[in-house]
Amino acid sequence: MSIRVGESAEAATFPKAAKKLLQNTQLRRNVRRATDTIRAKRAKVVEEMPDWQALRTAAQQIKKRTLRDLDTYLVEFEKNCTAAGGKVHWARDADEANAIIIGIIQSHNQKEVIKVKTMTSDETQLNKALEAVGISPWETDLADLIIQLGNDKPSHIVVPALHKNKSEIRQIFLDTMGLKELGHTPEDLAGAARNYLRERFLRVKVGFSGANFAIAETGSVCVVESEGNGRMCVTLPDVLITMFGVEKLIPSFDDLEVFLQLLPRSATGERMNPYNSIWTGVTPGDGPKEFHVILLDNGRTKVLADEESRETLHCIRCAACLNACPVYRQTGGHAYGSIYSGPIGAILTPQLQGMEHSTSLPYASSLCGACYEVCPVKINIPEILIHLRRKIVESGGAALTERMGMAVAGYTLADSGRLATVQKLVQIGRQPLDAIGLPGWSAARDLPEIPTQTFREWWKARGAK
Amino acid sequence: MLISLFITCYNDTLFPGTGKAVVRVLERLGHTVEFRQQQTCCGQMHYNTGYHPEAVTIMRKFVADFLDAEVVCIPSASCVAMIRDHYPKMAKEAGLEKEVAALLPKVFEFTEFLTDKLGITDVGATYPHSVTLHTSCHALRSLQTGDRPQRLLKAVRGLDYLELPASDQCCGFGGTFAIKNAEVSTAMLSEKMKAVLSTGAEVCTGSDNSCLMHIGGGLSRQRGTARCVHIAEILASEEGDQ
Repeated sequence: MSIRVGESAEAATFPKAAKKLLQNTQLRRNVRRATDTIRAKRAKVVEEMPDWQALRTAAQQIKKRTLRDLDTYLVEFEKNCTAAGGKVHWARDADEANAIIIGIIQSHNQKEVIKVKTMTSDETQLNKALEAVGISPWETDLADLIIQLGNDKPSHIVVPALHKNKSEIRQIFLDTMGLKELGHTPEDLAGAARNYLRERFLRVKVGFSGANFAIAETGSVCVVESEGNGRMCVTLPDVLITMFGVEKLIPSFDDLEVFLQLLPRSATGERMNPYNSIWTGVTPGDGPKEFHVILLDNGRTKVLADEESRETLHCIRCAACLNACPVYRQTGGHAYGSIYSGPIGAILTPQLQGMEHSTSLPYASSLCGACYEVCPVKINIPEILIHLRRKIVESGGAALTERMGMAVAGYTLADSGRLATVQKLVQIGRQPLDAIGLPGWSAARDLPEIPTQTFREWWKARGAK
Repeated sequence: MLISLFITCYNDTLFPGTGKAVVRVLERLGHTVEFRQQQTCCGQMHYNTGYHPEAVTIMRKFVADFLDAEVVCIPSASCVAMIRDHYPKMAKEAGLEKEVAALLPKVFEFTEFLTDKLGITDVGATYPHSVTLHTSCHALRSLQTGDRPQRLLKAVRGLDYLELPASDQCCGFGGTFAIKNAEVSTAMLSEKMKAVLSTGAEVCTGSDNSCLMHIGGGLSRQRGTARCVHIAEILASEEGDQ
């Protein structure tokens, strides 16, 4: 099996990556500004919904039901999509998915493909695989285009180039688009991207997309977006390939009602996405003549098998948890070493990729709970983080010093007499502790003065009076 | 009322003043406080870091120590959150469901104990200082203490209450997070300190000495103009104390 989430298996640990990113004050400023803006917009459009909590619960229930009977819904989707003229492929892992996609493109003798935001293709490293066989992938989502041209990595689930500001983007366009001149306004930048992309939209014969939702009942696929580039990608080419994780299924068309209210409000603070594309198979004379769907597992059934954390698969990739997260706010997305960043990334990447590759991610959280509070499908991310930490410890993944420390602390705290003894030792050790400080803690924080009398000693002395 | 004080391991060792203040407030209000000497800890550090068996052992001890108490008062929102949010699930595995279910309704965080159980907002305190309030994430999202601490503080004579900006933002302590991710933790801290100092308050208070040790440690390092004091110590203060 070649289950992988991009290059996450080789990524630096979170604290190491974060340390480096914290020095990039421009990036941190960009991240703070962008997340503050989205958070404020989200708060406004969520507040106006009297039934927001009920919608969250409904979404959670729909996702629970979907996952419970996922096998049935997947087969139902395949049946209905096929009946409407689509071709459904099943991919167990990254290599299988890439091979299917390359096979389809090559069967049409094509050398180019236009893509619109598919996080799953980042998981499988599709672009790399395509380039290796001489096929050029063109990203058409504006932010993904910026990332591709800048040879960068996405740092956010919904706004992949959030860590870049206007002038940095302008420089990337100047360096890569072969432009003679380029203005400084957002309109100038959007214009340059439009010219660059339109040429490709009209030329390239194969399109590739992800999906926000796939409807079992009808075999339809749904993509929501802001730019319209996605709409072009899924309607203009002769051949369309759509790949998504198996958890993107929802049972019926009616269920969309719930998600199409929750997703735009949570993701971009909009009441509705500007573009909502829903299509079913192929329609002669209208849109692509050939439509392929790739149902990707790539570790998802493994996540499904764990009852404690399977609700990770409820995620609809709105990134509200990233925008709310005080940790993400400081580091941005690159610290998470994966296309999936922020709190959801901290639980999803380790589970897909394998815990042994990402033992630092479940600890990349202060467990403040802001993510859970905003999650539109009520994923209890803090609980799952703790569950994953437990798995790491149980599999021997924690550092020896930590395990020893925790064992001693556990032994001490199991008995008040032992605790009193250790408290005495702390009091005796306070001067050396003050002198050398506590590793990790004392670089930026003073330790409190250690009192000469514990509370329990005071209480005892008080009673004796 | 016979109130059993669970001081928490942390306060017992590092912040005994908070415990003394709780005793002073409760006794001033005419109640009797008991301190069960066998008590130790709630198990939060072990549980949150992934050390489940150790956490269960400590939970068993907590349940045994306090099961027959009339009411348990705890001057730490995060320890109460640990008990409320996680004990029920842990109890299932440990076969302690009945005991935990019986114990939970008797467990209160200090400020919610005053406002909800005793129905008091004016505890007869005097504290002539400007004070801002850091609401810990556990108080905010798990206990949902709401405006309870504010109501208590606003009833204190001489106290000038100043609103903390971005008060729903985590201070960056997060238990072992503060050590494991020290750099990110202190980056979060620096934003929090900026917010605290922007109020001009002399004192930053809260119901969790863990956050306050972190914020106070940062302020002290920077020789900042504010210091951290647990809310119980403010509510215990009387005329002539300060």
